[in-house]
Amino acid sequence: MWGIVGQRACRHGSSAMSLQGTRPVIHALRSFSTAAKEMTVRDALNSAIDEEMSADPKVFLMGEEVGEYQGAYKITKGLLEKYGPDRVLDTPITEAGFTGIGVGAAYHGLKPIVEFMTFNFSMQAIDHIINSAAKSNYMSAGQISVPIVFRGPNGAAAGVGAQHSQCYASWYASCPGLKVLAPYSSEDARGLMKAAIRDPDPVVFLENELLYGESFPVSAEVLDSSFCLPIGKAKIEREGKDVTITAFSKMVGYALKAAEILSKEGISAEVINLRSIRPLDRATINNSVRKTNRLVTVEEGFPQHGIGAEICASVVEDSFEYLDAAIERIAGADVPMPYAANLERLAVPQVEDIVRAAKRTCYRSSSLAATA
Amino acid sequence: MASLLRNSGKITTTAGLIARPGFQSGRGFDLSSFSGGAAPFSAPRRFQTTESDIRVDSHCYDDEISQKFSVLGGKVPYSSGMRFTSELPEEKVPCYRVLDNNGQLIDSRNFAGISKEIAMKMYTDMVKLNTMDTIFYEAQRQGRISFYVTTTGEEAINIASAAALKIDDFIVPQYREPGILLWRGFTPQDFANQCFSNKFDDGKGRQMPVHYGSKKLNYFTVASTIASQLPHAVGAAYSLKMDGKDACVVGYFGDGGSSEGDFHAALNFAAVLEAPVIFLCRNNGWAISTPASDQFRSDGVVVKGQAYGVRSIRVDGNDALAMYSAVRSAREMAITEQKPILIEAVTYRVGHHTTSDDSTRYRPLEEIEWWQMARNPLTLYRKWLESNSWWNDEAEAELRSNSRKELLKAIQVAEKIEKPPVGDMFTDVYDAVPSNLFEQEKLLQQTVTRYPQDYPSDVPVRAVPSS
Repeated sequence: MWGIVGQRACRHGSSAMSLQGTRPVIHALRSFSTAAKEMTVRDALNSAIDEEMSADPKVFLMGEEVGEYQGAYKITKGLLEKYGPDRVLDTPITEAGFTGIGVGAAYHGLKPIVEFMTFNFSMQAIDHIINSAAKSNYMSAGQISVPIVFRGPNGAAAGVGAQHSQCYASWYASCPGLKVLAPYSSEDARGLMKAAIRDPDPVVFLENELLYGESFPVSAEVLDSSFCLPIGKAKIEREGKDVTITAFSKMVGYALKAAEILSKEGISAEVINLRSIRPLDRATINNSVRKTNRLVTVEEGFPQHGIGAEICASVVEDSFEYLDAAIERIAGADVPMPYAANLERLAVPQVEDIVRAAKRTCYRSSSLAATA
Repeated sequence: MASLLRNSGKITTTAGLIARPGFQSGRGFDLSSFSGGAAPFSAPRRFQTTESDIRVDSHCYDDEISQKFSVLGGKVPYSSGMRFTSELPEEKVPCYRVLDNNGQLIDSRNFAGISKEIAMKMYTDMVKLNTMDTIFYEAQRQGRISFYVTTTGEEAINIASAAALKIDDFIVPQYREPGILLWRGFTPQDFANQCFSNKFDDGKGRQMPVHYGSKKLNYFTVASTIASQLPHAVGAAYSLKMDGKDACVVGYFGDGGSSEGDFHAALNFAAVLEAPVIFLCRNNGWAISTPASDQFRSDGVVVKGQAYGVRSIRVDGNDALAMYSAVRSAREMAITEQKPILIEAVTYRVGHHTTSDDSTRYRPLEEIEWWQMARNPLTLYRKWLESNSWWNDEAEAELRSNSRKELLKAIQVAEKIEKPPVGDMFTDVYDAVPSNLFEQEKLLQQTVTRYPQDYPSDVPVRAVPSS
């Protein structure tokens, strides 16, 4: 349901605040509409890629197991059969190789979608992502553009250990020339994937393995093949007035759960789904903090030099006088991800961590330093 | 003491155009006296059983049923003798050559021929390239440009390969191939503008000198990373293949670049994808101060082709006609058969690695001088032109003098042209200028205007309209 409202807001260029005025309309629509269709993130990604490949013959897929195996996580299911081996390429095991080849194809005018089985493996190709893709338009003074999408699961899954669990959002988001997207819901997945494929710049598309199977309601508008979300715009998933919580990918779900718990304790949290890590929607974040005066940033990745750090800097630079409390950063533990289930649970943020942090900003509980 | 030869005391040359090893050699060319001592290892030895012949079972091929499921894709002979393939072939892969040391055709049957027009342009461009290198190198030494990379000794590879290709063929260079741009029409002024990073530089002053690029001339912008361009070449070739174009891609690299992971991924992948790409290795014996003997232990780079299922040839890189002939054929094969080809052009890096290097510190002067004198690509080719009465001393003097004048003038002009406007710093990061860069640029313009004493006077502050 939010999808339709979000789209209207985008088209009319109105700010998030105008959503208030359209609320009654949504309720009216709801009472007349049939049950909203649900779609998994997996299907959302598959349909988005399918539609874009159908619309533009220059779009093609490349990666390990994307074809015959239907995709390591079945995201590219059915595409080999539909488009043939010319457009869905099963590659040898060489991230550096196929990433470089994708970049070369993009230099020459094709639009590759390169899949990394997880972004942990993208490190083997990071020279091509940064030095060949991100910087080429600049270094060639606009003569070489790189309309490529790098996609794959990012961040922690479940029980996969240190070399399969790192979040690369801050690594890629620090590099000018790249765009970095992180969808949460199926609507995000469809709209942002389409935007990424259509974008003339290189886009790093960070999915999440645990979200692939989750279902979200999608409106007719989202299901339309022309649906597209703007890059660089965050989405306010839940409005609130006491504290702003920013999150992306799987943590959006956690933040929403935390907001639910907080509301029972009288704290109204505003949850922002970043959607776009680079460019970061600083305007939406700052507007929200100016309204609530408190901020909790949430991410799964390592804390140092993370997304939360950049958001803190932005808010301190632009909205310092509006802060009533120190900003709280919730991030993963500063250790390589352990495997044992109990340790893994302790190494990633949980809903309770977000709730406690929000309470600390509202002075409802003392800071950890004070109790030490 | 560094070895002159690529891991050998002997490279056989052959006048015939061969794409596979095993051809009987013509005349041997023994340069072991220049290695200044024993070659780092002895002649290849084969590990043999004590019996004189390897016994192979009569029913030596796999039976029908297991053949179907063979991971090796077909018939594989079995052998009851345990035989390790030697690390080096019995004989080094022969090196294709058309002209002998006196610039005479060795065997006219094995050379397809060349029109006088192209032959002449090849020589004049080789001279222009050589002159450009001398003058720009001097300019760097005088402090007028910060950095330069010469191509000295590799003029034949540059110009002859360019001559054998067509304008639609995409060039993916390393950084020692400006000759291809020269052949295709990049002017001395274009080269100078890039080296001086002035406002007429096509690259908008974004890169160090010699990082040329031209979309118009189908020459990808030079990047500093080594061998990263090889997978790019394969990707671009795949694009050509999908479009069904009558063109190929040529990716250049050096002996050092063949050690990079990207080289292996590119060759392997190109073979699997059946991409129309030519991999052209300039084996010039040196990667900065690392001699080829420290770079790999194979028989050069040519043998690596077969390892990936890529057709390959070794060519004398200092023989312009051999280069022309080989690249012509390779192009034909790459396009009509849609497959990659590997060419190893054996040559010598006469100059230093770059202006930041002094190669006399790690190799003997006699070695450099020998190559400069005995196997100079310009001298060799000139002898052939003169034997056809197409060239003479007068023409040489005139060409050299005119080239020198033109290049000196280009430098003088380039030096005086303004640097790019400050606004150019913020464009092309993305397709459209994002808002944060808009603001940064405005802020910078304001600061420079307000505090001119803190900024150099030759930085133009005019705002550049965003696209």
